[in-house]
Amino acid sequence: MNKGTRGYSRRRVSPIYRSWGDFIFSTILLMLGASIIFLAIAMAWVLWREGSPSIRRHGFFGFLMGSTWDPVGGVHGARPFITGTLITSFSSLLIAFIPAVSAAVISAEYAPSWLARIIDTLIDLLAAIPSVVIGIWGIFVFAPFMRDRIYLPLSFWAADHAPRLLPALGNPVSYNLTTAVIVLSFMIIPYITALTRDAIHLVPKDQREAAWALGATRWEVIRLAVLPYARGGIAAGAVLSLARAVGETMAVAMLIGNANNLPFRLFQPATTMPAVIVNEFREAVEQMHYASLMAVGLYLFIIAFIVNLAAASIQKRLSVGGRML
Amino acid sequence: MTLKTRYLRDRIVVSLLASMTALVVIPLCVIIAYVGINGIGALSWDFFTEELGSPARAMQGRPTGLAHSIVGTLIIDSLAVCMAAPVGIGTGILLSEFPDHPVNPILRVLTSTLNGMPAVLMGMLAFSLVVKPMGRFSALAGSFALALVMLPIIARAVEGVLNITPWSIREAGLALGLPRWRVTLSMVLPAAKRGVVTGVLIAFARAAGEAAPLLFTSFGNNYMNTNILKPMDTLPQRLYSLAISPYRQWHSMGWAAGIVLMIIVLASFAAARLLSRESAGLHIKSDRSKKPESNKEV
Repeated sequence: MNKGTRGYSRRRVSPIYRSWGDFIFSTILLMLGASIIFLAIAMAWVLWREGSPSIRRHGFFGFLMGSTWDPVGGVHGARPFITGTLITSFSSLLIAFIPAVSAAVISAEYAPSWLARIIDTLIDLLAAIPSVVIGIWGIFVFAPFMRDRIYLPLSFWAADHAPRLLPALGNPVSYNLTTAVIVLSFMIIPYITALTRDAIHLVPKDQREAAWALGATRWEVIRLAVLPYARGGIAAGAVLSLARAVGETMAVAMLIGNANNLPFRLFQPATTMPAVIVNEFREAVEQMHYASLMAVGLYLFIIAFIVNLAAASIQKRLSVGGRML
Repeated sequence: MTLKTRYLRDRIVVSLLASMTALVVIPLCVIIAYVGINGIGALSWDFFTEELGSPARAMQGRPTGLAHSIVGTLIIDSLAVCMAAPVGIGTGILLSEFPDHPVNPILRVLTSTLNGMPAVLMGMLAFSLVVKPMGRFSALAGSFALALVMLPIIARAVEGVLNITPWSIREAGLALGLPRWRVTLSMVLPAAKRGVVTGVLIAFARAAGEAAPLLFTSFGNNYMNTNILKPMDTLPQRLYSLAISPYRQWHSMGWAAGIVLMIIVLASFAAARLLSRESAGLHIKSDRSKKPESNKEV
């Protein structure tokens, strides 16, 4: 060992090793990092460049507000897709939020460690299932089940007793808005749960003990000490899962029925931005159709970007001591 | 409020929370059970040895399978790892070992931007950067799109794991008079090896289940192809086209593809989890936090 060290100190070290080494190393790293910068900027730029013919033709807001999507006639409006994306993502967040946070509270606060481990593993498993696999389950199991047990009975009931509801429900079809929203809410549950769980784990012990010492019951401890402290993480988790819901593609494309006739009805097919891209991009031969799909991609990019920024800022603003997550 | 009502409220809340949790967990078990039962029922030897061919082949009861999709998935995914891992690891090192580097703030923002982008957009980017110039769909474009999915995940995982690698390791190296690059490559990276591998595995698992970026890059192929410059099939994307096809035989093959895909994805997640747990001796809270704890916390 000693000999070796002496050998090293006597050896003349080439300048490449010493003074140039760090420079070369950091330059290589810089180039690798720059490629990420390049790709992120390229994404926005490419979507803009490829989509601009359509946006120029229909106008930025004309494209946003137009509700006709006619590739053959060359008229394109993205409103059905944007509406569909906003409806599906917000309503699935609305459905998923409370169960997901409950699961996190149960696993972090109430359950004994063996049960908590089971719940955590199952929920992580749900996050790991590929979207297409959930999609195939939805197509062959969930959608037929919902049609026979929920949509049809509910429509018949509405026809007999509450005809005013019928326009909102529409003719029941198995691949529809409701199916997609329910499946989507399943898919975002693990994200909310995981982030909530992490946030709850970060709540300091003193915080809880103080509440216990005041004689609080278990629920009061959670409500007064744990949840307020973790609210930054929970809110950020909700917004991040909203971002996931906005971008979720395959399961929604398989289950939503893909019809772009506004207004959407609960039991009738609808569509979203990723779904229309997936469905039509391969067949977009017309130049304007292709450009319009790219423009839809651009709007999707903008929405996803805004939602992610919102999540980041919520995380920063609402977290206690700035060390959330 | 009396103590009694407070206790009562406590009970009610617990039962509400528990039923909500059941509402989450039970359908999940249902999904897994359905995919498992239908998938295993549809698996056969032919599934792993034959290629798909035309729909007529399945209708006439001749042997068909998805050997070409499995091979294609492996090729495209490993190619994507080869593209994404160096860049992702390099970026992670830059972010954590050179904290004062002027590009870091913007790099961090753009990495998380890329991380939050829907996977379809990765496909569209790959389409215009690779497919359009090449003039045709190719497996290469597919792996480029998947590499885009993996990149930010790897970068953030590597940054996270290097950040929690103890400073004493770096100090020891620097005290020996080693230059920064040598310290990073020979001391910090080996110490964080498991975390880095975990990050790559998680990125692989995420990307392996993605179909959206592949639909218009690697396009799909009903026949065996190992030429990466031509369209190639992958499991997630084939699963999609089987599920929306009108043929009953293809539907059951879809279930089989589903279970194989799920096993691939879950196996890589499990491997990642096992690795990070072994190295940490701690319970990893979630795969998505992407920050495997290391021995620093122990």
